[in-house]
Amino acid sequence: MASPDAEQAAPTEPARWRDLDMLLSRPGNLVAASFDPSPTLRDLLGSLVEVLVVGAGGLGCELLKDLALSGFKKLHVIDMDTIDVSNLNRQFLFRVQDVGKSKAEVAANRVMERVSGVNIVPHFCRIEDKEIEFYSQFHIIVLGLDSIEARSYINSVACGFLEYDSNDNPLEETVKPMVDGGTEGFKGHARVIIPGTTPCFECNIWLFPPQVKFPLCTLAETPRTAAHCIEYAHLIKWDEVHPGKPFDADDAEHMQWIYSEALKRAELFGISGVTYSLTQGVVKNIIPAIASTNAIISAACALEAFKLISGCSKNVSNYLTYNGLEGTHIKVTEFVRDKDCLVCGPGTLIELDTSSTLAEFIKMLEEHPKLRISKASVTHEGNNLYMQSPEVLEQMTRPNLSLPMFELLKEVPYATVHATGMAENNGKKVSSLRKLRVAFKGVGASKMDTAESS
Amino acid sequence: MINLFKIKGQKKDDAATANGKPAAKKQSPGELRLHKDIAELNLPKTTKISFPNGKDDLMNFETTIKPDEGYYVGGKFVFTFQVPPVYPHEPPKVKCKTKVYHPNIDLEGNVCLNILREDWKPVLNINTIVYGLNLLFSQPNDEDPLNHEAAAVLRDDPKKFEKNVQRAMAGGYVGETHFPRCV
Repeated sequence: MASPDAEQAAPTEPARWRDLDMLLSRPGNLVAASFDPSPTLRDLLGSLVEVLVVGAGGLGCELLKDLALSGFKKLHVIDMDTIDVSNLNRQFLFRVQDVGKSKAEVAANRVMERVSGVNIVPHFCRIEDKEIEFYSQFHIIVLGLDSIEARSYINSVACGFLEYDSNDNPLEETVKPMVDGGTEGFKGHARVIIPGTTPCFECNIWLFPPQVKFPLCTLAETPRTAAHCIEYAHLIKWDEVHPGKPFDADDAEHMQWIYSEALKRAELFGISGVTYSLTQGVVKNIIPAIASTNAIISAACALEAFKLISGCSKNVSNYLTYNGLEGTHIKVTEFVRDKDCLVCGPGTLIELDTSSTLAEFIKMLEEHPKLRISKASVTHEGNNLYMQSPEVLEQMTRPNLSLPMFELLKEVPYATVHATGMAENNGKKVSSLRKLRVAFKGVGASKMDTAESS
Repeated sequence: MINLFKIKGQKKDDAATANGKPAAKKQSPGELRLHKDIAELNLPKTTKISFPNGKDDLMNFETTIKPDEGYYVGGKFVFTFQVPPVYPHEPPKVKCKTKVYHPNIDLEGNVCLNILREDWKPVLNINTIVYGLNLLFSQPNDEDPLNHEAAAVLRDDPKKFEKNVQRAMAGGYVGETHFPRCV
């Protein structure tokens, strides 16, 4: 190691993994019950475990690097975005010449160049474009996203794989764990979601504060801030001048138009502060990103993923929040599941004969001791089987009442349906929405039947 | 937590799971919540609802309001609702499809109703919005104007406002603006 060149070379293979091997080859007091320390554990981790990273932006770049350096060798990354020049300050896998290219593809290549033996498959598309089956191949999904909508989608896909036995215990082989990271300026969170065990994203969705929205009439009549002027141009003026032409926030010409309109309006009302970057910020709801926050949160996520897979230490239980704004503060809060969660909850198991009609099913819901839902409306995977009201929908769905549920649910051995109706709660009738697991007696060898007979 | 040696033997199980249960399009929590809202609608008798895309698309629907009191009696106003997947975390986008002379609705159909934007809360529902829209017709409000000419007339000369509303609803001009007939 005398020459300067040699000093800069990557560490040799065993040296690079020395610390990791210490974690994986020694027993400890905080290890999971299933943890089996061994010198070959790192190889197993690399050769068997498939990880999906959702998002290749600020968090995604960090996550891919951290996971690759934590011994994961089979990674996939999905992102629909292309690289923008404004990403370069923190999305360190990208260079000026990459602007305009797919984030997922460039990020995958850069990490593969730097960490030998790692294979990263990029997916340059929307998360909704992938078949549900695509997501089932992964042992763990790590999220580096910036929207509630995308998190909610991945959460519902991952929880969709979850199955319960007849005692409402999750079946281990159907559990698809997630680690969700998120940052906003100096603040961030990392949470471990084990569907059926820890709260899923939907159990705690109320944690998110509502987005700030200005009253339209303030925008139209009494703007007071630069943001008001921008939102006026965006929400009111655009449609007035371009009827029928949808606004596209990723089109630079559209954004320029909004900016110049906002500027005119600001002048009219004597308001200062409208800039092109503020216009982008307001219209696209951009929050300033801090590179170190991404690094800290991503490190926490990668570590949780590593512990979750290897069992070499305890996971956080289950929600870590970081605040670097006033001093530095990290706290772990244990949130609890919503037992009636429509996404990750077990729902109520109902066994039906293949001949039972929808009308009979609705009557069963009324008599079921755990449910007692009267006047139920029933939906199955976006298919409205029966709606009690309004009248138009009742008429359209009424013919289904006399059909067997088995036929309506496309003759599968078991299915999840949702019912809305009035249910009794402490003597009071309240409206409720319930998840129901329907199993047909004597059809297929469904897991529930097996669990029941054993 | 996850036993690596179990993963090793798991590949075969995966195939078996796929056989028993075809992966289906998931219903988003927003769609489910909306299903509940729609099933429990308790519409005022002024209001009718329709689903242009059939019984399985509840996320896009229309309501028709025929006010039974106030300036707009006799008129018929259609509103389109677009419900986002993250409903009820975010409110539906509501637009007035009928061109209307109204202080709180502009000529592009934007509606100034507090619960549609700044005061939206996830505990509110479609019914609340429908009642809010009805209120706009029984009590148009000159303090939160989107169409400020109409608001000024309502504030300064309610008689003239009433005439303008009648003229607009019958299909005619108010100032430079033509309104299609909606009675």
